Parts: sequence; C-alpha cells; structure tokens
Amino acid sequence: MKERIALDLSKLPLHGMGSASLTFWGTAAFMLIEGMGFALTIAIYFYLMSLAPRWPIEAPPPDLLPGTVLTLLLLVSIVPNMLVSRWAQRKELRKVRLGLIAMAFMGAIPLIPRVFEFPALHISWDDDAYGSIVWTILGLHTIHIVTDLIDTIVLACLMFSKHADNTRRYGDVEDNALYWNFVVLAWLPLYGCIYWVPRL
Amino acid sequence: MTCQDKTPSPADLAAGNEPAEAFLRRTWSTPSGLLAALSTVDHKVVGRRYIATAFMFLLLGGVLALAMRLQLAFPEARFISADRYNQIFTVHGSNMMFLFAVPVMEAMAVYLVPLMVGTRNIAFPRLNAFSYWIFLAGGLLLWISLLLDTGPDVGWFAYVPLAGPQYGAGKRVDIWAQMITFTEVSALAVAVEIVVTVFKLRAPGMSLNRIPLFVWSMLVTAFLVILAMPAIMFSSSSLILDRLVGTQFYNPSEGGDALLWQHLFWFFGHPEVYIIFLPAVGMVSAMISTFTRRPVFGYLPLVLAMIATGVLAFGLWVHHMFVAGLPRLGSSFFTASSMAIAIPAGTQIFCWLATLWDGRPIFKTPLLFIIGFLITFVIGGMTGVMVASVPLDTQVHDTYFVVAHFHYVLIGGSVFPLIGAIYYWFPKMTGRMMSERLGRWAFGLIFTGFHLTFFPMHILGLQGMPRRVYTYPPELPWAGLNLFVSLSAIILAAGFLIFFTDAVRSFKFGPAAGPNPWNASTLEWATSSPPPPYNFRHIPVVQSAEPLWADGETLPVATGLRLDRREVIVSSVTGAEPEARESMPANSIWPLLAAIATSVMLIGSIFTPWAVIWGAIPIAITLTGWFWPKQTPEDES
Amino acid sequence: MISLFVAVCGVVFVLVMVVMTWALVRRRNPAPGRPQTERSMGRAVSAAIVGTVLVITFLTVSSFYATRSIDWREADPATVVVRGQQWWWQFTYLNADPAKTVQTANELHIPVGTDVRLRLEATDVIHSFWVPNLTGKQDLVPGRENGLTLHASKPGVYRGQCAEFCGLQHSHMALLVVAEEPDDYARWLEAQRNAAVEPADRDAVAGKLVFMSKPCAACHTIRGTAAGGTSGPDLTHVGSRSMIGAGLLENTRGSIAAWIADPQTLKPGNNMPLVPLTSEELQQLSAYMSELR
Ligand code: HEO
Ligand code: HEM
Ligand SMILES: [Cu+2]
Repeated sequence: MKERIALDLSKLPLHGMGSASLTFWGTAAFMLIEGMGFALTIAIYFYLMSLAPRWPIEAPPPDLLPGTVLTLLLLVSIVPNMLVSRWAQRKELRKVRLGLIAMAFMGAIPLIPRVFEFPALHISWDDDAYGSIVWTILGLHTIHIVTDLIDTIVLACLMFSKHADNTRRYGDVEDNALYWNFVVLAWLPLYGCIYWVPRL
Repeated sequence: MTCQDKTPSPADLAAGNEPAEAFLRRTWSTPSGLLAALSTVDHKVVGRRYIATAFMFLLLGGVLALAMRLQLAFPEARFISADRYNQIFTVHGSNMMFLFAVPVMEAMAVYLVPLMVGTRNIAFPRLNAFSYWIFLAGGLLLWISLLLDTGPDVGWFAYVPLAGPQYGAGKRVDIWAQMITFTEVSALAVAVEIVVTVFKLRAPGMSLNRIPLFVWSMLVTAFLVILAMPAIMFSSSSLILDRLVGTQFYNPSEGGDALLWQHLFWFFGHPEVYIIFLPAVGMVSAMISTFTRRPVFGYLPLVLAMIATGVLAFGLWVHHMFVAGLPRLGSSFFTASSMAIAIPAGTQIFCWLATLWDGRPIFKTPLLFIIGFLITFVIGGMTGVMVASVPLDTQVHDTYFVVAHFHYVLIGGSVFPLIGAIYYWFPKMTGRMMSERLGRWAFGLIFTGFHLTFFPMHILGLQGMPRRVYTYPPELPWAGLNLFVSLSAIILAAGFLIFFTDAVRSFKFGPAAGPNPWNASTLEWATSSPPPPYNFRHIPVVQSAEPLWADGETLPVATGLRLDRREVIVSSVTGAEPEARESMPANSIWPLLAAIATSVMLIGSIFTPWAVIWGAIPIAITLTGWFWPKQTPEDES
Repeated sequence: MISLFVAVCGVVFVLVMVVMTWALVRRRNPAPGRPQTERSMGRAVSAAIVGTVLVITFLTVSSFYATRSIDWREADPATVVVRGQQWWWQFTYLNADPAKTVQTANELHIPVGTDVRLRLEATDVIHSFWVPNLTGKQDLVPGRENGLTLHASKPGVYRGQCAEFCGLQHSHMALLVVAEEPDDYARWLEAQRNAAVEPADRDAVAGKLVFMSKPCAACHTIRGTAAGGTSGPDLTHVGSRSMIGAGLLENTRGSIAAWIADPQTLKPGNNMPLVPLTSEELQQLSAYMSELR
C-alpha cells in the first residue's frame, strides 16, 4: 500500500505522564481487579453472617484497639504519600528520596498493630467459618501492605541509583503512591466490616 | 544517546527509505537462538505460541472426548474404569474451558489487537510473555497429573463437599484448584494488557466509533475477565485453604456453606461462557464484512449488544443452581434475566443477517464456518432459553440435554467462528494461505459430525440420561443413540484432523498470501504477511471505520517515531489523539524467570502453606530484576 | 411446558433459517450499502428485536406460572426423609410414634393419588433425587434441608437416579419408586414395621450366625437381631426389595451371593469391604438374606 504522510509526531514528548502513561492505566486495572476481590470478601462475610444463628459464631467481637491504631496510622500515611506524589510530579529528586524513605517507614509501622490484630480476633482461622473469613480478610490486606512496602523499598533504592533522575521513575513513584492510597482506602470498609459489624 | 549507528537519524523523518526499515527491524526483532526465543516480548511471537499451545490442548481434550465416547458406546462397557472416567471428564471439561477456550480467544487478541489498532506491540509486553509461561505451566500441571493417574476427578466445577478436605482424597483437587490459579493469573494479565492497549495505543484518529468490532469484543471480554475472575480466584484459594490449613468456608457444621461455593463458582462461571463467546462475536463481525464486501450492518447496535451481554452476564449465575434448593420463585428472577440475554443475542444475529442480505457473499471457508455458526448457535441459544426456565430445568438439569446445550454454544458458537478465524487470519500470521479445498472438507465433516454427535444428546437427556456417568444399564433405552453418538464423534474428529493437517501443511507449503489476500478493510491487512517485527513501517492514521476501503490505494500515516528504540504512540482514550511517544520494553528473560518462580511457589503451596512465604522471595527477586532499568534507549524520557 | 418451548423456539429457529437462506441465495441488486436499503434493513432489524422481546416476555411469564404450580405444596409436613449417601439411598418413614418409624433403602414405596412430601438430606456430599417420570429433580445438600413432593397418579415402578455427580460410583446410585394403591401401601408399611423374620431353612439359620459373627453386623441393621450398624443399608426386609446395590442387580439369591463375595468388582470403590468367606458361608448368608422378606 502506498503511504501518504498525514501527521508528524516528532514533537510529542518521549514519555507520557498522568493519564497519558500506560503504567497509570495498568495500575488502575490492577486496582479494579483487587477492588473486586475485596468487595467479594465483604460480600462473603455478609453471606456467612446471614446464615449464622449468631454473629460472630462463637467468639466475642474483635478488640478494637490494634485495628483502630492501624487504621489511624494508615490514614495519617496518606499525607506524606500525597506529598511524595506531588514531589515526583515536580521531579524534585531529593524530596522524593526522603519521601520514599518516610513512606517505607509509614508502610512498615502499621505491620506492628497488624500483628496484634490477629489475636485480637479471639478466634482461629480453623475454628469456624467466621474465623476463616476474618483471617482471610486480614491476611489478604496484609499481603497488600507487604507488597506495596517491598515495592516502595525497591523504588527507594532505585531513586538512590544512577537511574533515578528520569521521568519514568517519577511516574513509577506516582503510581506507587496511587496504589498505596488504594491500599489505605480499601482498608476502611474492611475495617468497618471486621470491627463494627459484629457490634451492630 | 547510546545509538552507535551513524545512519539513519534515530528520528524517523525520512519516510520510506530502505535503511530506515532495516533499522526498525534491528530495534524490534527477536534474534535467533534459544535464549532470544525465551526472551522475546513480540506480541506476534507470543501470540502465535499461545494459539498453538491452546490448539494443542484442544487436540488433547478431543482425545479425552473420544475416550469418553468409546466407554459410553456400549452399556456396561469396561474399557475405562470409573476412576479413570471421572478424571477424564473432569480434565476434558477443565482443559477445554481453562486451557483451550479462554486462552485461545485471548491469544487471538494478543496477536490481532495491536495490529488492528495500528500499534507496534501490546501494552506491557513482558507481562504478556509472563502470562504465556504461566499458562503453559498450568496446562502442564493438569496434564502431567492426569498422566500420573492423579488427575482431578470432581468435575470442572468441583462442587464441595465432594472436592472438600473430607471427600476429595489425595492432591487431585488441589491440582485442579491450582491449575485454576495459573490460568486466572495469565487471563487477568492479558485482560489488563488488552484494556490498556485498546484505551491508549490506538492509532491516531481511531476514535471510539472506528474501533474494529473484534477489538470492541475483546475490550468487553477483558472487562468481564477483570470483574469475574476474582470470584474464582477466591473460591479456588479458599478451597485450597480448607483442604490444607483447615479453614471452614465450606463446612456446614462449622458455619460454612456448600452453596457458597456454587454461588462463587457460577458468579464467575456464567461470565466465563461469555468470555468464550464474545470474542467469537467479534470474529464473526470481522469476517462477515470481508466476505460480503460491505461494512457490518449496525455497528452501534452490535457494540451495545456486546456491552449489554457483558453487563447481564453478572446477573444470571443462579440459573445453574435451580435445583439446589434456593427459593423457587426467587429463581424466576434469574429465569427472566437469562431470557433477556436473547435480546442482545438476537440483535447480533439480525444485524449479521442484514449484512448477508445486502452484501455479496463470497463462499470461502470462513464464510462457511459463519453459516455453520449461525445455524448451530441459534439452536444452542434456543436450548439455553429452554434450560433457563425453572420447570424445564428441574427435568433436564444435569442430563445430556445440558451437555448438548453447552456443546452447541461452545463448539457451534465459539469454535466454529474460531476455526473460520484461523482460516481467515492464517495468511496474516504465517504469510501462507490454507487450502480452500481441505477447508471445505473440514467444514463439511465438522459440521455434519458435530450435529450427528450432539443433536441426539438432547434426546438422551430428555430420556433421562444423566451426565457424568461412566456407564449405564442395558435395560434403559439409551444404548442405540449412544452408539450412534460415538460413531458420529469419529466424523467430527476426522474433520478436526483435516483442519489440523491443513494448518500444519500450509504453514510450510501453503501458497504465499500477500498483505491483503481477502481484500479486507481493517489495519492488520495494511502491513505485510506475516507482519515485520515492528508491525507497521509507519503508524497508520485512521480516518474511517474501514480504513483500507476508504481511500483506495493509499494509507495516511504518521511519521516522527524514533527508530533506535521501541517507540509507539500513546493516544487519548476517546478521540485517539496522540499524546506522547512511549517506549516499549526490549526483550527480556526476566518474565520467564518470574514465571518459573511463581510456578514453584504455586505448586509448592499445594503441599505446604509455607511455600507461600519462601516462594515469595524468588518472585520478589525476579520481579525486581524485571523492573530494574536496563539503560537502553527505551529508558529515556 | 416443554412442548410450548420447543414449538415457540422451533418456529423462531425456522424463521431465522429461512431469512438466512434467502439472504444467501437471493439475486443481488446493484451496490450494497445504499441509504434506502440501510433504512429498510434498520426497520426490519428493529421489528425483529421487538418480536424477540415479545416472545421472550411470553416465555418468561409462562415459565413463571408453571414455576408457581410446582411450588405451592412445599408447606406440607414430610412423611419420608430421603438421605443420600455415597452411593445409595436411605428412606426413613416418619411417624409420630418413634417405634413406628421404619428405615429402608433404595426402594421407596408411595401411595398413588396423594402428595408424598419428602425431606431431602445428605450426610456426605451433594446428591440429587430424580425420578424423571414423577417429577423434576432436587438436590440433597449437606447442612441444608430441601423438600420435594412426589405424586403418582398411576400404580407402577418408576426408576430414579442420583443426578448430581457424587463421586466414584455416581453412575450406580439408582432407586426405585413403587407406587401402590393406598391399601397395598398401608400393608407394605405395616410389614416393614415388623422386626425381621426368624430364618427357618437350615442354611438360613446358619447364615444368620455367620452374619452376626462376621463384620456384617457392624455396618448393617437387622431389626430384631443384635445387628445394629448404621453405615450401610438397613437389611431387615432386604429380601422384599427387587434390586440390590442401588439398582445394580436384580435381587436373587445368586446375585446376593455374588455381591457379598466381591462387592468391589461389581461396584468398584463402594463402601462395603470384601469380607473373606468360605463358599459354604456364602451359601448360608445368601439364604438368610433372601428370607428377610
Ligand atoms: C459459549 C458458551 C455459552 C453460551 C453463549 C451460552 C448461552 C446461553 N446459555 Fe448456556 N451458554 C454457554 C455455555 C454454557 N451454558 C451452560 C449452561 C446453561 C444453563 C444451566 C443449565 C443447567 O445446568 O441445568 C442455562 C440456564 C443456560 C442458559 C443460556 C442462555 C439463556 C444463553 C443465551 O446466551 C442464549 C442466547 C441466544 C439465543 C436465544 C439465540 C439467538 C437469538 C435469536 C435468534 C433471537 C430470537 C430468540 C428467541 C425469541 C428465543 N446455559 C453451560 C454448562 C455448565 C455446566 O453445567 O457444565 C455452559 C458451558
Ligand atoms: C471435540 C468434540 C467433543 C466431544 C465429542 C465432546 C464430548 C463430551 C462429552 C461426551 C461430555 C460429557 C461427559 C460426561 O458427562 O460424562 C463432555 C463434557 C464437557 N465438554 Fe466436551 N466434547 C467435545 C469438545 C468440547 C469443547 C471444544 C469444549 C469447550 C470449548 C467442551 C467442553 C466440555 C465441558 C465443559 C464438559 C463438562 C465436563 C464436566 O462435566 O465436568 N467439549 N464433552
Ligand atoms: Cu450460565
């Protein structure tokens, strides 16, 4: 086929940011998958609850303290997270580096109350279906915290390497921040479900 | 800039010259050698592998089908033991659904969608390579377990408690559940790639109303995958948890519930059948326009019908559970929603009929398969409407009537268009034509063999023959038809054999095809057959829904992409206006390594929960290796 | 119902096929894609869609009414508990007086002309109770209680079969429903309530001893004797049933002997183990079983 030149694209940027970035859309799609997963666990929680004569089946409602502490920690972490994202947008390398280190801590610290959340459920995963679903919800969310934590650490290392000062890397930082927001926001309904629904 | 070559300039401003093409080829190609073959991220190479592997699984699943028909040919036959038979029908069903039908459709998309939207590679090409390896590992897991006589034996939907810790002995069910995980991971990966490719990598000017219908169908399918697969992920994982660490999800004596499994499975399982069917809708729409020499009638209704099918698909799952003991009248809601599916399905059929009516049909093999599809799918759809009625379903549920229904829609509705599609796109993929003569034979045998095999199953079902029985007593009036069915299956198998032979033979010896042998209208036909590693010398600029029919002999194109790195155009979601030049990753061995690490973890976790912990370490390492910048021109920004 | 659906769907199918054939073979006028053709095709397609909506609505509504008619009896109290097991059926005839409840296996007797309410339960995996010539199927789900109403208007023997795949011997999980005149049914039920008859024949007397001394009694109940096992079918009146092994074999002395001699070959994987016996013991046992009428 003969070609007729209709468009010259040599002036376009070499990398798209924001909604012009492929990884942004990829991250969004994965968030949709996982959001669907979280929504399902909540649906299953309510389904099992609707079948049970009592709820929780054979346990007191979970203690509030560790879960609430974790929730507050997660909510607080949104602030530095947004800052890192903004710095990445402005390509301020030094701030991004510090911010990522801070975010690594902000990701690691919630794991401490998380460790105490499991005993605070007062039930083991193999006692009954209630135990199974709450352990699964907590476990699933913990996996999300841990994966994002590892991702943040690797990214922090990357930002201290010679590859750092690159629009792509700043985009990665932004996507990482986006994903952390998702991990935090997804927790809120799970928190309500685990800790408050049994108290209704 | 790391480019050592002096000529030509890295930015492609000098259109049409030979050196530029050589340069592009060097940038995009997959070098020869084993390591390179394992590292390639070219969507065409991966897609071809994917297609070939999926067809391998079709062949193997067909062998199992013949084995079942051998055993059922005579009452109280003893060719195959009960235990073997149960493994065989389970692996046949699981293989056909999870290793053939879903992957083959995605594989076609992996190959075709980037070409059809006019770009140079699929979004996230390394994820694409990873997805293939994971799919392969899951398939090997299932088939090796069958060969070792530890194949799953609980049916393709593995109802608990039969599949639970108490009654599903050994590791058979765990293997099934983990095979599911493998195929889900690979399907989800492809779905994400498709969504992003269609959203962001369309050629300039390919606005929403110019997207080829096959691409639309794959977009809807990808969303179905994204929204449906988490349910099966949860169910297969929780089943393994119940079996391995003693959770109680499905144990009624500890607050669990056997029907929870059915709800979860079918909440996935029903969309699954449209995940298999919608791509076929896209293929039919693509081919019918070529073989009637006019655009498909009713582009917008067809797109809306596909979207409506996708949305409705999530509201029907209870029609698989009409006799499970849910309130009968509540079930009537699901009767209504299931029947409602006939409206978008009918819309599609009517639009195709209109296209045939107004166009000038060219009776090549793909069109024959489309005609076969129309006949067969309408019958299968009608029986679907029948089983959607509660009072009818309480009789025919779990009988051969249902087996007949779903083979009509699966084979007639999806495999017929798929084979037509292979005849249609084979020249593009290989550069060679398949044989028109053998194609007619294949169609004739497959079509007659199919109906002779599966139509009598309706009658068997109405005569009360349950499915999933390894034998039946001679007193019952089923023997004659069963023998007839088994003999007819040989005709069907012969048809498939001809098709496979033709494909293998034509791959080597078929006549050369040329870029556009069918004189079709979509962008994949604008480039040579098979396409060069970079797909298009210049990215096309789209000005109508039928770009190759619009402007006779010339194709408007865009220039300005660099030649020294893998560059594509990112465009806006609705209008497809160019937003950026984006680079695509180069070949990499890391996806394979990551897939191996993931497989070790997944298979290990069949045996011990700790595998999830120690298995995560190699995964983290390989993923880091995958994402760590390699200092190639691709990393510039 | 079925004929209504087949008729409607058949007509629609034929219409679609006629249009398709016509579309394929008709003679062509000049060029495809003329605006007036597009418009008239648009009208035709819209009309067909409207037609589909109407037909679908009609089918849905008639299905809904038919559903109501199979639904209304569900409130009645149950007379028989059906319990599905891998791979046989246990029937318990309920009675306000517990001494009058009786248990039997694989052969369900019902009176003609009345609704018989079944309570469906499962202990191990999901099964499905289905007697095609009497009514549609209904699953037996562990942890749940389902119900089904049987109604036979003519006396006769109706074959049924488990319809939900339940493991290795799903294929051999049949049952018989014997529908009798109410008097015959009452007589049958009365007879079932009796304890087992004492064997008379010399072989059978010896067979009873064998039964009690071998592992048989650990799994089977014979009311009126020491045998009280519950994991296998109740054998109190096994001789009165017409099949053994859940529809596997005609009930004759020979087939009982064959079954006891090697249950694992006749129905591989079933839960009755092979009990080693001399051929004499086998003779005696089968004599005893046949006398348990
Ligand atoms: C490609 C796969 C595919 C497709 C497309 C469909 C399509 C449909 N299916 Fe089927 N199915 C599929 C695959 C399966 N189905 C199953 C089982 C199944 C069951 C459960 C049966 C049971 O277990 O007892 C029901 C109720 C349906 C209903 C339907 C309906 C209403 C449609 C509709 O989408 C059909 C719509 C199409 C029509 C109607 C024809 C075209 C319309 C025209 C021409 C308009 C005019 C029509 C009218 C006025 C009626 N399916 C199972 C079994 C799973 C298992 O148990 O193992 C499988 C695999
Ligand atoms: C090649 C010709 C084929 C033949 C002769 C065939 C035959 C059969 C038969 C006889 C059964 C019933 C087994 C039983 O109930 O005991 C069956 C089940 C099934 N088949 Fe096929 N089949 C063929 C192709 C396919 C294809 C292409 C698909 C999917 C795209 C498919 C999907 C299934 C599924 C999902 C089941 C249900 C398995 C289960 O009950 O768990 N089959 N097939
Ligand atoms: Cu369905």
